[in-house]
Amino acid sequence: MNNQKRHMGLKAANRLSNTIIYIILIIISVIWLLPFIFIVFQSFRVESTWQVGYVIPQQWGLQNYINLWNSDFKRWYLNTFIIALASAVLVTVIQLCMSYTLSRFRFKARGPLMRFMLILGMFPGMLTMIILYRVLADLGLTQANAVPGLILVGVASSGMGYYVSKGFFDTIPKSLDEAARVDGATRFQVLYKIILPLAKPIVIYTILTAFMGPWGDFVFARYVAMGTSAGYNVAVGMYSWLTNDQISNWYTTFCAGGVIVALPVTILFLCLQKYYVEGVTGGAVKG
Amino acid sequence: MKRYSDMEYLRLSKWQKFVYKLVSFLVGIPLGIGHFFAKIGSAIKNGCVKFGGECKEIAVGFVHGDWKTKISYVVMGFGNIARGQVLRGLLFLLFEAVFIFYMITTGGYWMSMLPSLGKQGPESVYNPVLDTNTTVYHDNSFKILLYGVLTMFFIVAFVYTWWVNVKQNIIAEKIVKSGKKLRSGKDDLRSLVDDQFHKTLLALPMLGIVMFTVLPIVFMVLVAFTNYDGSHNGYSNALFTWVGFKNFGTLFSWTSTGAAGTQSYSATFGEILVWTLMWAFFATFTNYFMGMGVAMAINKKGIRLKKMWRTILVMTVAIPQFISLLYVSKMFAQNGLINQMLQGLGWIKSPLPFWDDPIWARVTVIIINIWIGIPYLMLITTGILMNIPADLYESAKIDGANGWQQFRKITLPYMLFITGPYLLTSFTGNMNNFNVIYLLTGGGPTNAAASGAAGSVGYTDLLITWLFKITTGSESQYYLASVIGIMVFVVVALISLVVYNVLPSIKNEEDFQ
Repeated sequence: MNNQKRHMGLKAANRLSNTIIYIILIIISVIWLLPFIFIVFQSFRVESTWQVGYVIPQQWGLQNYINLWNSDFKRWYLNTFIIALASAVLVTVIQLCMSYTLSRFRFKARGPLMRFMLILGMFPGMLTMIILYRVLADLGLTQANAVPGLILVGVASSGMGYYVSKGFFDTIPKSLDEAARVDGATRFQVLYKIILPLAKPIVIYTILTAFMGPWGDFVFARYVAMGTSAGYNVAVGMYSWLTNDQISNWYTTFCAGGVIVALPVTILFLCLQKYYVEGVTGGAVKG
Repeated sequence: MKRYSDMEYLRLSKWQKFVYKLVSFLVGIPLGIGHFFAKIGSAIKNGCVKFGGECKEIAVGFVHGDWKTKISYVVMGFGNIARGQVLRGLLFLLFEAVFIFYMITTGGYWMSMLPSLGKQGPESVYNPVLDTNTTVYHDNSFKILLYGVLTMFFIVAFVYTWWVNVKQNIIAEKIVKSGKKLRSGKDDLRSLVDDQFHKTLLALPMLGIVMFTVLPIVFMVLVAFTNYDGSHNGYSNALFTWVGFKNFGTLFSWTSTGAAGTQSYSATFGEILVWTLMWAFFATFTNYFMGMGVAMAINKKGIRLKKMWRTILVMTVAIPQFISLLYVSKMFAQNGLINQMLQGLGWIKSPLPFWDDPIWARVTVIIINIWIGIPYLMLITTGILMNIPADLYESAKIDGANGWQQFRKITLPYMLFITGPYLLTSFTGNMNNFNVIYLLTGGGPTNAAASGAAGSVGYTDLLITWLFKITTGSESQYYLASVIGIMVFVVVALISLVVYNVLPSIKNEEDFQ
């Protein structure tokens, strides 16, 4: 009898704590989603192009999207898309080469190399912008030609970001390689026939992050474009709408642009969510 | 300090344990740093000994080698070709030819100019054809420094290749003498996809890193010792030159250089550094613990729709940061949505100074960063939380531990052990978190007391945003930006060094695999 009572008490306590958790989760979801819902509402607002004290538009319309179409936004979007696509391919190849090698091979220079890159990573990347800008300018890859320049710099320095995928490769048992080697496979065959099929999640993770990165690339892109609209990516271009003298005319257009940029990326991300989570939890933590 | 054995330690009271831990941590910092320098010292010593050995070996190889090997000391790859390894020999020879050609045509010039960074700046010359003064440009300090560094890289590469060439010839000679066969060019090519496969794989990534990361960093470190700025851009207005440690002196000067009432450079630097560390601390640990909390809430038994809660949060990871940050920044602006709404409801009379008051701005930045960071942390911690063996909790429950005790004694130690390295990288990453600060506040509100320093310093400026502002301002004091960059490196390196010596989970990489 007594025992049963205690059991009931525990159950009630459990139900109470679950209720509290539900309430917290609902509040969190609301806080996390609200700003994005606001953006969507404001992108359809016609009556004023600047901030107002309410969320739901008094007049709905597509004016902001039409403005978007008539501005340089198309060009920026195309620029960003090209950069994202190119780096999705090239960055993935480079990072996988790097991480696979550092995870699987034991050669003399490996330890010093990894320590060296760790130390390199402690320098703020911002510092190198000045010189990279001048070098790109010498190559004629700035301003209107910023796209190939950004791809070049982004891809060339991407080898430094090998940590996550190395962490993943470390989890694939080495006995697999060894067995194949005993059977007479070359290192290349081991990579191509055995490791790559197993590494599908991390390959997709790398492609996904490499593709998503350029959409948010801001400061170096702005440096390289140097005020030439044709060389902007979406982040730089839309930032120029929010400067103090532009914002009152462009604020709602910015919201519309935000929707157009975020939609495809978010849908892609949600589709590949499973791989992203696997990559993050498998590789990122072990570093 | 006295070191306790395990048994003695267990007998201490809670308070004594805490003091003991704290003291041993604090003592560990100088010990760790000392240890590090001792390690560097012994590494240098070993290097010297090794270098001496190599020199001796090369000298002995020259004296005892046959004529093929001897000629290879001057004409790289000669011995390889003579012994039938044509492919290797030709590559060595080609490299030597390119190097000599480069040094004679351009490399020599860059190297000779490197000590002065250019002798003749631009000058105004009377042009009789146009009948006006036109500017004639001569040396270019920027290019001299850049190509000078590149040439030095090239020389190092050449010396290394020469050394490899000599070693190979000595070895090849021995192999031939002992009657074995040398590897053919075909074997060499095949080994590139087999036992030398790592070289093939690393070639391209490393080339990129050397050209676009190492070279720029070396260049920018050197800039800290020059007077490169907007009015000495090295070409079109004036050359820049070496100034030694003067710029470090500027950053650490104790007297104010600006108008009356402004503070010195060192005070400004110290203020920004303290805020940078504070920000990194709060940004890392608020996200970490709150992200863990959310993950645990979603993981809790009996909570339904786990996938939905996760998806809602994960969605916000996908949206490019500049959109969410810029939007939220405007939302909290003086005439932004939040202030207008609150005023419309009559809850406040005047707008809240989210971005205009130093304290408000700093707190708001940290809170918005929580909003940005929690979903990501939730993802990371979910996976690890699920990996904690369930029987640990079962036995804890049987022993009568409540939820809080379970968290303190099982979850937290486990998490800290696994995520230690992540916390470190996240801390240093936050120190250099340019996007969040720059897109939210742009560094503002302006710090009037710091107006003597370059780059209009604000209260939420991190070192990294300050560095950026200095390079884009009207004066563009690149040398000062470079000094700050070096200081950031020093701070990050010191923190990493201390943490690495304290953390258990980094020490042995192979254990982890």
